[in-house]
Amino acid sequence: MQMKRIAVSSEGPLLDDMVDPRFGRAAGFVVVEQVGNASSYIDNGASQVMAQGAGIQAAQNLANAGVEVVISGFVGPKAFQALSAAGIQVIQNVEGVTVGQAVERFKRGELTVADAPNSQAHGGAGRGSGQGSGQGRSQGARR
Amino acid sequence: MIFAVASGKGGTGKTTVTASLAAIWEGPLTLVDLDVEEPNLHLFLKPEVARETAAMLEVPVHDSEKCTLCGECATFCQYKALAIMGKTMLFYPEMCHGCGGCLKICPESALSPGGRELGQIVEGQTEFGRFVMGRLRVGEAMSPPLMQQVKQRVKEQTSHAGMPNGVLGDVLIDAPPGVSCPAMHAVMDADAILLVTEPTPFGLYDFRLAVEAFSGLKKPMGAVINRVGIGDQGVDDYCRATGIPIWAHIPNSILAAKAYSRGEIVARELPELKMIFQELKERMRAAVTVSREVERA
Repeated sequence: MQMKRIAVSSEGPLLDDMVDPRFGRAAGFVVVEQVGNASSYIDNGASQVMAQGAGIQAAQNLANAGVEVVISGFVGPKAFQALSAAGIQVIQNVEGVTVGQAVERFKRGELTVADAPNSQAHGGAGRGSGQGSGQGRSQGARR
Repeated sequence: MIFAVASGKGGTGKTTVTASLAAIWEGPLTLVDLDVEEPNLHLFLKPEVARETAAMLEVPVHDSEKCTLCGECATFCQYKALAIMGKTMLFYPEMCHGCGGCLKICPESALSPGGRELGQIVEGQTEFGRFVMGRLRVGEAMSPPLMQQVKQRVKEQTSHAGMPNGVLGDVLIDAPPGVSCPAMHAVMDADAILLVTEPTPFGLYDFRLAVEAFSGLKKPMGAVINRVGIGDQGVDDYCRATGIPIWAHIPNSILAAKAYSRGEIVARELPELKMIFQELKERMRAAVTVSREVERA
């Protein structure tokens, strides 16, 4: 089995911290290897305060960190598109558990990879405009 | 003279005031609805539409053959409209503000100008004067670029060689509610700002925000207190304390509400309101005249 690097959106830097259900505006990401107990932390503070594009920025940070799987609560359409383009698998609808528990569930194969975002865009820029972009679709196909 | 009718709070009667002023105005007038997210002035002024044009925003088009994924555009864009994810360049057209910076910065010339429709510009004629409005596409978030294009159209329509300020006649602008970018954008070119408010704690709260936001523009500003009779004296007291002139008190009236709900202009239906609006107009004009004299002195 291939070794994967997993990022969990988190309220703090530890495995005992709770999963932050928000992706783009999560406090940070705990990064763990699929095998072993090593964990590191990516602070998401800079993305949190962005007026817009927080999800895209967070996705970029995780891609740069070599993450292959993301576990979070709600991932918006733009962030989802960005993560997909980078070949990162998305697991969503995870909340109310600690980071460590989420990772354990993933390792036991209890979590399924999503093929579509479960959260709508914020504010005025609605879903219509997001999905209507030909750019996004063609890139999805190329992957 | 250009007048912007603004309000810190929605539903205070901005459009009622704009339409009523239009109905009693004398001389050439251009009526502009810059509340592009929810334009409704046309419901009262009933313009005959002569032209409807699409308003476009210049957004980049990406050439993946030329692109080396260097990421300079993504680093440059503060709105995250461009992102490099692995081996793909992602573009989010709805995030793009159309500044054109990425086109200039790309070392490979892999980005070229394209267009995205923001909404429509509607032009026509009402019985009170020319009419221009912007209508934002549903789901679109960038209202200031559309407002900019509406203002440009107004300028083209009203500019006349040899006239002071290049403006032919007066302009009345129905501004969007609130104090955010769109509201600021609507009032910044005006000679004077009318702040429509209501005499309630909610009205006062938002009125204060509007006063604080617009004071920086250093333009003559006056309050129009609508629905007088409901609520309290809070707005009057605040105006007195801060020296903001009250240009009009419009009494709360069930007849006015009924006229409004039928799409009628209240100043035309109710003679006692007509007088108030005429007086309001005089005060607006006087405020601009005084401020111009002060500027010249």
